Amino acid sequence: MIYREAGDFSTTYPQDSQTFPIKFDRYRYYVVLAFAFLVVPFLINDYWANAILLPFLIYAIAAIGLNILTGYCGQVSLGTGGFMAVGAYACYKLMTAFPDVSMFIHVILAGFITAAVGVVFGLPSLRIKGFYLAVATLAAQFFLVWLFNRVSWFYNYSASGQINAPERDTFGILITGPNATAWATYLFCLIFCTASAIIARNLTRGTLGRSWMAIRDMDIAAEIIGVNPLKAKLTAFAVSSFFVGISGALFFAIYLGAVEVGEVFGITKSFLVLFMVIIGGLGSVFGSFAGAAFLVLLPVALKVVGADMLGWPTDIVAHFQLVIVGALIIFFLIVEPHGLAQLWRLAKEKLRLWPFPH
Amino acid sequence: MTLKLTTLALGAALAAGPALADLVFPSLDYRTGPYAANGIPVADAYADYFTMLNARDGGIGGVMTRVLPCETAYNTEKGVECYEATKSEGALVYQPYSTGITYQLIPKATADDIPIHSMGYGRTSAANGKVFSHVFNYPANYWDGASVAVKYMLNEEGGSLEGKKIALIYHNSAFGKEPIRTLEELSKKHGFELSLLPVDHPGQEQKSQWLQIRRDKPDYVVMWGWGVMNQVAIQEAANIRFPMDKFIGVWWSGSENDVLPVGENADGYKALALTAPGDEFGVYEDLKKYVYDEGKAAGNGDQMGTVLYNRGLYAAMLAAEAARTAQEIHGTADITSGMMRDGMEALEITEERLAELGFANFAPGFKVTCENHGGNGMGAVQQWDASAQKWTLITDFIESDSDVIQPLIAEDSAAYAAENNIEEGCN
Repeated sequence: MIYREAGDFSTTYPQDSQTFPIKFDRYRYYVVLAFAFLVVPFLINDYWANAILLPFLIYAIAAIGLNILTGYCGQVSLGTGGFMAVGAYACYKLMTAFPDVSMFIHVILAGFITAAVGVVFGLPSLRIKGFYLAVATLAAQFFLVWLFNRVSWFYNYSASGQINAPERDTFGILITGPNATAWATYLFCLIFCTASAIIARNLTRGTLGRSWMAIRDMDIAAEIIGVNPLKAKLTAFAVSSFFVGISGALFFAIYLGAVEVGEVFGITKSFLVLFMVIIGGLGSVFGSFAGAAFLVLLPVALKVVGADMLGWPTDIVAHFQLVIVGALIIFFLIVEPHGLAQLWRLAKEKLRLWPFPH
Repeated sequence: MTLKLTTLALGAALAAGPALADLVFPSLDYRTGPYAANGIPVADAYADYFTMLNARDGGIGGVMTRVLPCETAYNTEKGVECYEATKSEGALVYQPYSTGITYQLIPKATADDIPIHSMGYGRTSAANGKVFSHVFNYPANYWDGASVAVKYMLNEEGGSLEGKKIALIYHNSAFGKEPIRTLEELSKKHGFELSLLPVDHPGQEQKSQWLQIRRDKPDYVVMWGWGVMNQVAIQEAANIRFPMDKFIGVWWSGSENDVLPVGENADGYKALALTAPGDEFGVYEDLKKYVYDEGKAAGNGDQMGTVLYNRGLYAAMLAAEAARTAQEIHGTADITSGMMRDGMEALEITEERLAELGFANFAPGFKVTCENHGGNGMGAVQQWDASAQKWTLITDFIESDSDVIQPLIAEDSAAYAAENNIEEGCN
């Protein structure tokens, strides 16, 4: 009844092609943004920031990045963890080399450095496809982790091989380090997350996104109609790695503060982000958010219910977590192979007809 | 409220009834994942000791204790979540049993005025209390461990390691890399040749490393491993018939879980020890009376007397003693985490006190000061007897080579202080 396009007339082309053509959707979007920017910073505490919101926002950026490569351009990648590590180490080297520069610039530069590395590792995609490409990106994953473990220049020759984020600020507000306030770190990540989503959304529905999708759907046909596969694939790798690099930089500098490459950016991280993209929905920006929320929030929610509310032993809860999350993944893949984004789409379709389905 | 608490503190000796507040000891344990076998005994012991204190003494200084378990699975992200979830409950001290999580928490806990006790792990240079005000790693740290191992080998070889080959097989993480710097210094000092063999997490795949050991034939192999890596390494050593008495693990690589799966072949394997093994200590009588027989034991209740269970007991006892010291210093029973820090810094463990607590001949005494958060740096060597299925100490507690370690600690902590703009304290 409230969710419908009736009475909402587009009179210009921009209006016709906007992201949220339905008025209710549009207002909901503005309300969510306003809530996230204007209300949450006043309510947030350390627990909400560090345990829930920061990982959610940062994983969402990583999922958007991988979604561009895998969901929009059809290139399966298992190198996300490695590319996040590039972002993290680039950010660390920049932070320690130029302490006076704003964190905004460091994070964005880390994104560009990762984009360059991504392009290099994307070159094989011109020759190899599908599973074989997945294996090639897997090589990138292992090589990058090995590199950051091996070459001590990357961790400034510290004894333990760990990198620690020193205190850095932006516009005089502490962003990294232990004394950074919850609202500042949250807002910093939120700005990057919102910007990433908007950029990704607009890239994917423009010329570039269309060429990616053409490659995804059938690369030979795309080549015949004039899409340059070299350009399409490499830009997909570059843009994807850019976002993944930003998420890696934030993951290290803002969220964890100290990182050990093998543990934090190992192969499990690549799989985690890939699962987020698959569960959330391939080829959907909203799906990236839904997938990140699902895999970040669900374990925490299960832990709170099991250990804190029901008082079960922590090991039982941890084992249940694995079982329940695993079962839910299988359930979703069987019932809705297109992910949570497709469920959302269906729900919207139903809502438009409600209360008079025909 | 405060008045009531003060009254309660004064009548601490009589206080058998329920206390108003409690002393919260969070336990960031791991009973799942590839490190669970080693995490369970430590976590069980930590919980059991405080259960015993509550039942026997009515807590510490008349205030009941509460252990707050949180499962980390040895994962730093979960560790951060656990820290944030437990700190608001009035956590007094964190003992994460993971070097990765310790690194994470060092700046956070310092900012939140909560002490960390990383007993025999974590950041070695935290022994310098001038820089790391809230981090304690008494009674010994990794560099002490490396030095004690080398001293033991020196002793075995009649005082000289000149021209000997020593291989270090280590977990390729901050934990495993810690001893390298010290061993490099020691190799210069004693003239032995050091080779480094990293093993990636979780450590099930070590074929190539042991192939290299077979080829290089080192005189000694030193191991810095944890979790499943230990048993795999001992198995591989047995497979290539490396002499077990030349294979020495750090104190994290010397528990029953590590040698039992290898069976007879593990006989003679050596490891460093922070405490004596076994259950022939006075404290076990109280534990039996107040905890095990009451059915209050944590976990499955089958870990008593193991090396890691004893280590957990030791950690719990040191935490309880620090809390008691803090209560004495500040004259209040209901201490905060900041007071707990002062208690840890003024902690003095004497042989008499250990005997009083039922820990006679369990570990050497030590004293913590503002400058030295690292304790005495002593470790012993223990050996596994596969037929009796028992660890026995084969040396006294050996002191580490502070001539080598102190400059390294000063150098590393100075680098940390410079990186984070920390002014030296303790003036």
